Amino acid sequence: MKLLVPVKRVLDYNVKPRVKPDGTGVDLANVKMSMNPFDEIAIEEAVRLKEKGVATEVVVVTIGVAKAETDVLLTARAMGADRAILIQTDDEVEPLGVAKLLAKVAEEEQPGLIILGKQAIDDDSNQTGQMLAALLGWAQGTFASKVELAGERVKVTREVDGGLETVDLKLPAIVTTDLRLNEPRYATLPNIMKAKTKPVAKKTVADYGVDVSPRLKMLKVVEPGKRQAGIKVGSVDELVEKLKALGVAK
Amino acid sequence: MKTLVWVEHDNQSLKDATLAAVTAAAKLGEVHLLVAGKGVDGVAAEAAKIEGVGKVHVADDAAYEHALAENVAPLIVALMDSHDAVLFPATTTGKNIAPRVAAGLDVMQISDILSVEGPDTFTRPIYAGNAIATVQTSDKKLVITVRGTAFAKAATSGGSGTVEAVSAAGDKGLSTFAGAEIAESTRPELTSAKVIVSGGRALQNSENFHTIIEPLADKLGAAVGASRAAVDAGYVPNDYQVGQTGKIVAPEVYIAVGISGAIQHLAGMKDSKTIIAINKDEDAPIFQVADIGLVGDLFKIVPELTGKL
Repeated sequence: MKLLVPVKRVLDYNVKPRVKPDGTGVDLANVKMSMNPFDEIAIEEAVRLKEKGVATEVVVVTIGVAKAETDVLLTARAMGADRAILIQTDDEVEPLGVAKLLAKVAEEEQPGLIILGKQAIDDDSNQTGQMLAALLGWAQGTFASKVELAGERVKVTREVDGGLETVDLKLPAIVTTDLRLNEPRYATLPNIMKAKTKPVAKKTVADYGVDVSPRLKMLKVVEPGKRQAGIKVGSVDELVEKLKALGVAK
Repeated sequence: MKTLVWVEHDNQSLKDATLAAVTAAAKLGEVHLLVAGKGVDGVAAEAAKIEGVGKVHVADDAAYEHALAENVAPLIVALMDSHDAVLFPATTTGKNIAPRVAAGLDVMQISDILSVEGPDTFTRPIYAGNAIATVQTSDKKLVITVRGTAFAKAATSGGSGTVEAVSAAGDKGLSTFAGAEIAESTRPELTSAKVIVSGGRALQNSENFHTIIEPLADKLGAAVGASRAAVDAGYVPNDYQVGQTGKIVAPEVYIAVGISGAIQHLAGMKDSKTIIAINKDEDAPIFQVADIGLVGDLFKIVPELTGKL
């Protein structure tokens, strides 16, 4: 079975986002960009399925700027993906547009399972996987903490508000990853060197003939209201008094 | 504008998160509800009493018992012929279904809204709440998820909605429910609790959650939460997690015990009315957002506090 893993290049997890003074967005000039952390979990899961002999090939795809090839696709191949597809664009593509492009890729590649992050840590939309499932008419197992392939079905344990829920899905299907599905491996230097020889197919949005023009207009971006640091109390007795004053303790 | 709110429930009773979505919907126009489930007469009756509700559409069918997105989304897409906007609470179930509806309608969803600025304009958090974006949509139909802590809850009485059955769209045969491990707790639910006591990695193990955090929570009638670090370390189950990728909470009082205050955690609780932090590291970032801080060893402080309450 072939696995398709869509990934996104985002502001590195460890970099604090700074809102541009003119309110047009978050400043992404000269800051470290990396693979969306949830997507790393998706790659890891796919590579493990291949290592177990359940899957035969792991194909990674990204939609973004040319730099995504080194920032993201190289890491993905170093982690174990066999080949990569870069759909190059300098425009921001919204989840709906991304899902439409990925649906075309899925038609070409015919994967048995598509694994992707549950959300990207930049726009926090949490939409692409579900939209892709809808467009393809496939089943979806979102927020996965466990994935078990068996024959023509996949069992997905999902992290839900009340605890855990398991769904049994017909293949082909979509899985979106949650934090505790696995711990992604590091892309080691020797593997990064080797990954450079794995193929990258370069495409453009126009190659797929879908309309990805944005539906949402970003009017402004501001910093959230800041909380002020309060006081420090010196003892438990003082804290008890404070809790009483707040009306939560008698 | 005619809006439809997807009602979250467990086939027995309506979930609180729905009420914030109703408030958001009322800012857009007329509010209709959809109760899809199995044996949901009770939920439908409850829904009809919510203040300001017009019609309550009820789809009662085995295919909707477990709110599988594959079955529920086509039902909602069909109902959107006669509605202009559909709103979901931004719960795990709402977030699972909404984008499937949006793609079915060829609409770009607006996730996790914090406010309604106009009929097509909303604010929403991006970058784990480190920035707030104002977005305007050009889509004819709206698909929206609503952050529960950002809107007041609609009153659960005073309404007189009319209940109307809608025909089910059937089981699409793509997915089946195979079981759940839902935690049974006598404590309040995290997202609706007035007081929350949360523990972090400093608790060291799950035993200490039971002996240190839980007695304090029970003394205060509080819910128990945790940081991602504590959940990842296996001290508590995933449904305890407060943070950008866990639950977003805004209680009257949030007590953070042994939590350093990573951005990811702050994003989930910084709208709490009063934040109290107990931490041995006086430079921990949590103190920058805490209204009341106490520096010291949680293993001494918390039992003493519990004893004195």
